[in-house]
Amino acid sequence: MTTRSPTQTQAGLRLRAASGAATHTALLMGGGLLVAVIAPFLLYPVFLMKVLCFALFACAFNLLIGFAGLMSFGHAAFFGSAAYVTAHAAKVWALPPELAILAGTASAAVLGLAFGALAIRRQGIYFAMITLALSQMVFFLALQLPFTHGEDGIQAVPRGTLFGLFDLTDSMTMYYSVLAIFVAGFALVWRTVHSPFGQVLKAIRENEPRAISLGYRTERYKLVAFVLSASLAGMAGATKALVFQLASLTDVTWQMSGEVVLMTLLGGMGTLFGPVVGAALVVTLESYLAATSLPVPVVIGCIFVVCVLVFRKGIVGEIKHWFENRSK
Amino acid sequence: MFQLLGIPPQALFGQLLLGLINGSFYALLSLGLAVIFGMLNVVNMAHGALYMVGAFVAWLLLTYVGIGYWPALVLAPLIVGALGLVLERTMLRRLYKVDHLYGLLLTFGLALIFEGAFRHQFGVSGQPYPIPDLLKGGTNLGFMFLPTYRGWVVGFSILVCGATWFAIERTKLGAYLRAATENPTLVQAFGINVPVMVSLTYGFGVALAGLAGVLAAPIYQVNPLMGANLIIVVFAVVVIGGMGSILGAIVTGLGLGLLEGVTKVFYPEASNIVVFVIMAVVLMIKPAGLFGREK
Repeated sequence: MTTRSPTQTQAGLRLRAASGAATHTALLMGGGLLVAVIAPFLLYPVFLMKVLCFALFACAFNLLIGFAGLMSFGHAAFFGSAAYVTAHAAKVWALPPELAILAGTASAAVLGLAFGALAIRRQGIYFAMITLALSQMVFFLALQLPFTHGEDGIQAVPRGTLFGLFDLTDSMTMYYSVLAIFVAGFALVWRTVHSPFGQVLKAIRENEPRAISLGYRTERYKLVAFVLSASLAGMAGATKALVFQLASLTDVTWQMSGEVVLMTLLGGMGTLFGPVVGAALVVTLESYLAATSLPVPVVIGCIFVVCVLVFRKGIVGEIKHWFENRSK
Repeated sequence: MFQLLGIPPQALFGQLLLGLINGSFYALLSLGLAVIFGMLNVVNMAHGALYMVGAFVAWLLLTYVGIGYWPALVLAPLIVGALGLVLERTMLRRLYKVDHLYGLLLTFGLALIFEGAFRHQFGVSGQPYPIPDLLKGGTNLGFMFLPTYRGWVVGFSILVCGATWFAIERTKLGAYLRAATENPTLVQAFGINVPVMVSLTYGFGVALAGLAGVLAAPIYQVNPLMGANLIIVVFAVVVIGGMGSILGAIVTGLGLGLLEGVTKVFYPEASNIVVFVIMAVVLMIKPAGLFGREK
């Protein structure tokens, strides 16, 4: 594509202009990483691993809605099917954890390619409904296929030994492995968003007909973004299956798809850290609510309504907005 | 006793009837969704929850007030419609100026609240709702046994769908409605109160869901989650039919219900996913939907 070069230079200029903000981001990332390294000494590691898995899941979802403007309401299909494949690979095929996670992620990527190719044929609200319907199909398949064990799910999945060196039954070793996976996933999202490819995605989000008129084959960009997002969601699900040693129907329900939407919305769509913050808050809230008699869906629903009505930018989005206003 | 492709006719027609009943609910619900979408540009994710609320209102009226099926058939849709008006006036209204996806997210949150609250209050087990005396029993049609109530549900749903189609496509009010869908500003300039019309449209759309709930109560049990999975199939129905046409929503709903019934006879394992598979095929061939127009 020869028409791409002027836009690329522009994008490069914009990137350089944003380098001042990048120092802040680097500081934030370093600080966050430091907290994540120390955290398991202060908090329950399994809880933290859950946060990390869901944070990665939300980041994957956010890549699509926040940077490509595609609202998928069926991301649980990738999360859940990867969890099933990983659990099956680790338990029945006795694969080592790294290969099991790889198998799960790959299966999510293939599924993402199929669903993405169908869903990008429509836009906006239809896109959401199509992904939702397709993911419901995955739910019924998970319910009926023999290897998923229906309502029981795949239980007692062995965590195994990573690269033949690290024994993952130790929860600290598991935690740092999950942290490494999360950092790798987050780095990939970061890299994607700040690449020329990411700039094109944003252009498509802002004005698709214009992107087409500039010579971009927008369906391809959207499809690649969809597959990438599905793979990362799959990686999160695969990791989750090893952490909890369980793959179950909960992972493929539409409620799970809704949950990841909420995490991203609450934290801030289209911000890099928003999904992480949102995931941490929602997971914390849920584990707190589990101990009370309050019905979880009602509380989650109320947060949804409040978010949509009064702060659509999300927590990180509002903070960013506040700082930007102040610096003006 | 003759057999059709190795299937006894009773089983085949029984499943076809069941499919037709499901199809009636798909038609009523997708009709409501289409009407709401046309006017508000909102995909009402709370549609399934409001269908459930309709069934529960009928059950609550019967259990606590002693009001039976026939009055409930009128009262429950009115109550659900009124609830819809409140939701539209207090919440949905604020979102017309922003991205339509927020309407979807808001109604999704509302669906969670309704379903969660009813589940908290009534548990997940279903509450039985008796068939009204007038519609008990059935008729032997020779090739199959037709329970009266099921025949009534199919007939009445088709009647309601037909009446809605008539009201929208053939009356003056319907003409205003269609005009306001095309160009709300211009219609407002002609002195028609579009905001009120929008509210009423939402109220009417969800009232249809409430009515479907009452009709469903004696067939399926009244259960807080009865709408949750149904609505996703209805979304697929809407994608297949395309939201552009009222008649399309009705025909697609009934047709897919029948198809599901047939699948249940010949290949039961696939009956849950057949609608989604068809959706995928339709998207490949005609992305705008069978009756839809590409915008």
